[in-house]
Amino acid sequence: MAPESFWVIVLACGAATFFWRATGVLVTRRIDANGALFRWITCVSYAMVAGLIFRMIVMPESELASVSLPLRMTAVAIAFAAYYLCRRRLVAGVLAGGISLTAMASWIS
Amino acid sequence: MDSGSTGTDAPVLVSGTAAVTRKALLDALSLPAFILFFTMMGFGSLARGAGFGAEMAALASLLIWGLPGQLAMVELTRTGQGLVAIVFACSLANARFLPMVVSFLPTLQRQGASTPRLLLDAQLLSINSWAMCMREFPQVDPGYRHRYYVTFASSILLAAVAGTLLGYHSAVLLPSTMVLGLIFVSPLFFALVLSAVPGRPERISMLLGCATIPLVHFFWPSVDLLLTGLVGGSAGFLLGNRRGRDNGA
Repeated sequence: MAPESFWVIVLACGAATFFWRATGVLVTRRIDANGALFRWITCVSYAMVAGLIFRMIVMPESELASVSLPLRMTAVAIAFAAYYLCRRRLVAGVLAGGISLTAMASWIS
Repeated sequence: MDSGSTGTDAPVLVSGTAAVTRKALLDALSLPAFILFFTMMGFGSLARGAGFGAEMAALASLLIWGLPGQLAMVELTRTGQGLVAIVFACSLANARFLPMVVSFLPTLQRQGASTPRLLLDAQLLSINSWAMCMREFPQVDPGYRHRYYVTFASSILLAAVAGTLLGYHSAVLLPSTMVLGLIFVSPLFFALVLSAVPGRPERISMLLGCATIPLVHFFWPSVDLLLTGLVGGSAGFLLGNRRGRDNGA
């Protein structure tokens, strides 16, 4: 492929993503921020983001799939335990989860 | 610092330019900037493998600014798909920005802002900033929320572009178990951040979203997130608001 076509791909993909953002701005301008429509769209966003996170952890398409589901869920449980034990410090939860997954994966393989 | 989210009547709001900027920078640098840096390193090396130049990869992180779409672009380019297919897949993977922008912009409390400024705010938005602001805004003076958002979002965007470039140029191979830990950290971070989000309809929507995605993903993998949002979010909206009324809230 010619180098120019890579530029075209990047710019077109940028524009295609911006389309959704701009549509979001147009919708925001037209709806009441305290109304039911706004609260419904907020719920849709939360469900979508939660679904995305769930998919990434429980049904990953990345290399994470090489770690069994029980091990992944154990690491999630350890992360949440550390998070709450350390007064809701995100760093504590993320470190505990990441390290325990790495440890379990290297122990088993 | 982080315990103000549990039902105290009058939480002390962070206010003032210096304090809010410092909080935003600390919140960004305490984790999200690093997570994005490493995640985008992965994107940078994938982009290189697919034939993109370094500046192109960095521009993709800057302009697209949504990893699922960036990954779709790289993967379809690598497998030799046509331009229309690539752009369509990228667009579909990032369609979540529509409801995310709509649910997010009003929380910035910028009633008088012009459309170009709102477009700029929308362009800066990513799932990190969205989740972090939804969590932290109850503790930030409404007049300073926009400053918090812009500071936080541009810091992590900078980290993402830097990570893309480093990942593109570095031939360093981390041990595979460590790579696993790094991949795992990103969704884990979002899960922890969103566990502190207030509001019953939002919480029910998240639970229902998790319940919906496995089934929807099995039958319609290309539009699984959109369907999950519509089904889980609508049900969460109805259930959450009905329960709320029963409790007199």
